[in-house]
Amino acid sequence: MKTLLIAEHDNKALSPQTAKALTAAKQLGPVDLLVMGYECAAVAQQAAQLQGVEKVLLVEHSELTHQLAESCAETILAMASGYTAIVAAATTTGKNTLPRVAAKLDVMQISEVIEVLDASTFKRPIYAGNAIQTVTSNDSIKVLTVRTSNFEATPSGSECSVESLTLDVQAGPSAHISDQLSVSERPELSSAKVIISGGRALGSADKFQEVILPVADKLGAAVGASRAAVDSGYAPNDWQVGQTGKIVSPDLYIACGISGAIQHLAGMKDSKVIVAINNDEEAPIFQVADYGLVADLFVALPELEAKL
Amino acid sequence: MKVLVAVKRVVDYNVKVRVKSDGSGVDLANVKMSINPFDEIAVEEAIRLKESGKATEVVLVSVGSAKSEETLRTGLAMGADRGILVDTDEQTVEPLAVAKILKSVAQSEQADLVILGKQAIDDDCNQTGQMLSALLDWPQGTFASVVDVLSPEKVNVTREVDGGLQTLQLRLPAVVTTDLRLNEPRFASLPNIMKAKKKPVAKLTLSDVGLGDEVLTPRLTVKTTQEPASRQAGIKVGNVAELIEKLKNEAGVL
Ligand SMILES: Cc1cc2nc3c(=O)[nH]c(=O)nc-3n(C[C@H](O)[C@H](O)[C@H](O)COP(=O)(O)OP(=O)(O)OC[C@H]3O[C@@H](n4cnc5c(N)ncnc54)[C@H](O)[C@@H]3O)c2cc1C
Ligand SMILES: Nc1ncnc2c1ncn2[C@@H]1O[C@H](COP(=O)(O)O)[C@@H](O)[C@H]1O
Repeated sequence: MKTLLIAEHDNKALSPQTAKALTAAKQLGPVDLLVMGYECAAVAQQAAQLQGVEKVLLVEHSELTHQLAESCAETILAMASGYTAIVAAATTTGKNTLPRVAAKLDVMQISEVIEVLDASTFKRPIYAGNAIQTVTSNDSIKVLTVRTSNFEATPSGSECSVESLTLDVQAGPSAHISDQLSVSERPELSSAKVIISGGRALGSADKFQEVILPVADKLGAAVGASRAAVDSGYAPNDWQVGQTGKIVSPDLYIACGISGAIQHLAGMKDSKVIVAINNDEEAPIFQVADYGLVADLFVALPELEAKL
Repeated sequence: MKVLVAVKRVVDYNVKVRVKSDGSGVDLANVKMSINPFDEIAVEEAIRLKESGKATEVVLVSVGSAKSEETLRTGLAMGADRGILVDTDEQTVEPLAVAKILKSVAQSEQADLVILGKQAIDDDCNQTGQMLSALLDWPQGTFASVVDVLSPEKVNVTREVDGGLQTLQLRLPAVVTTDLRLNEPRFASLPNIMKAKKKPVAKLTLSDVGLGDEVLTPRLTVKTTQEPASRQAGIKVGNVAELIEKLKNEAGVL
């Protein structure tokens, strides 16, 4: 009964998602952590400090630089024997790779686990979170992705061993061409304590920048957006919150000019405190908001910024 | 180049589903069903490939009950050439089983590209495409926002990832899954809806695709289906000053 947890990282730093996924993984039994990448020994050192990890396995290879699904899945499969569970955070990297591992092991993946009831029984949301299923896996190896917003991070502060493995990783059938990653000084959406999000009502990318960002800066907040705002080009795609975007659960979520479609609510309704600013008092977002302000956001937000 | 598109019949995205009080599942009686929105985007992309002369044929495949024919007709009305229905009756078919069935269809059709949605909005699994790609040993480009077929051997796929965008080059044959911003699906015109009624839809059984019934044996047993914890609506504040005061003193989050 041993679990292999896949670390989330960018070759430089361990993502905070890993410490959260670890909290879920530990409920299944002892955990080894796998760091796959290139020139990422520093990540393995950070991973080794997470409390309760038995050991860190480090596989470095130039073919793993961009963590493409095909070569990552092969790497995981090469070490899968000896583990009864394989776990990753439900990030775009985890979601890309883990179903391949499951298929090759001929098991079903359990996607977006929000609660571990025992080593084979899990809760997961379906229908954009409008229903919660309790499922038992009948497969011999459990492959699961974890919805990290539902788990607290495991703290650092211990030190386990790092085992470096040499693996012959084959070049896969896909090649990395380029990344266009957003660079931002702001906190990351999936781990931010405060998030302010804008919707279609912002009307343009310029207005989005002009009205939302100053408040975000004052609050030290991450910035999110509805699908409508992203589709219209007001905000980049990695800001989308919702069923098919990021799932967040900050202490404070401020929705501005967002109507509250079920697909948007699916991504933020587990936030501790929700504030909605909308000029339509009938907007469905008010049904989940702790504090609703019926107002024109173009007036309310500058005022909020000034008074904070 | 032949393009195969997987389409699933799901509850319409506008419906807020209700959980049955005995915990046995969600109530699907008299609920509006539609093509999975991501699959509609997949169909649109395939048709555009055909219109630009890059694809020669667009074949749709759905796994499910006879009612899934309706879903196939929706895609045929948009402009796909023909459909394949793998009839599994009313049983739930898990993504792993769907992937095995799609693998068999992709091989017998000799598809060069299979396009799926990234996620079915009923089970929210986001795994079938990746599984299919693994079973076929074909490269995958998931969560695509741009699909650029460069030649009969190569396709560039731009993917929506947590940090922004990533572009990959895949050797064909390959599997692609769609994200929302790949394209905006067209509306089918009335004449095209009429024409779609006459387009061929092959009805296959599991044994027609070379699989036995055991492929459908569920790997996951659903114990219960519950309502999520519900959130109570809070209060309305009168102005910005009151909002700040509440957030500071009542909620303690500022
Ligand atoms: C398969 C699928 C997946 C989806 N996934 C997601 C997802 O992950 N995330 C997501 O967000 N959506 C998602 N959607 C889209 C979702 O259904 C809604 O269309 C979208 O969330 C609407 O965005 P919005 O609230 O910004 O826009 P609208 O619904 O147009 O709402 C705009 C709001 O702004 C208010 N407003 C207008 N002017 C002002 C003003 N001056 N001051 C204050 N308020 C104002 C209006 O009253 C209105 O309530 C998905 C849809 C589908 C089909
Ligand atoms: N029963 C099915 N029939 C056809 N395609 C399916 C079926 N189930 C899933 N798919 C395809 O796989 C995608 C992802 O589904 P899922 O992994 O269930 O979220 C969908 O968008 C469809 O393209």
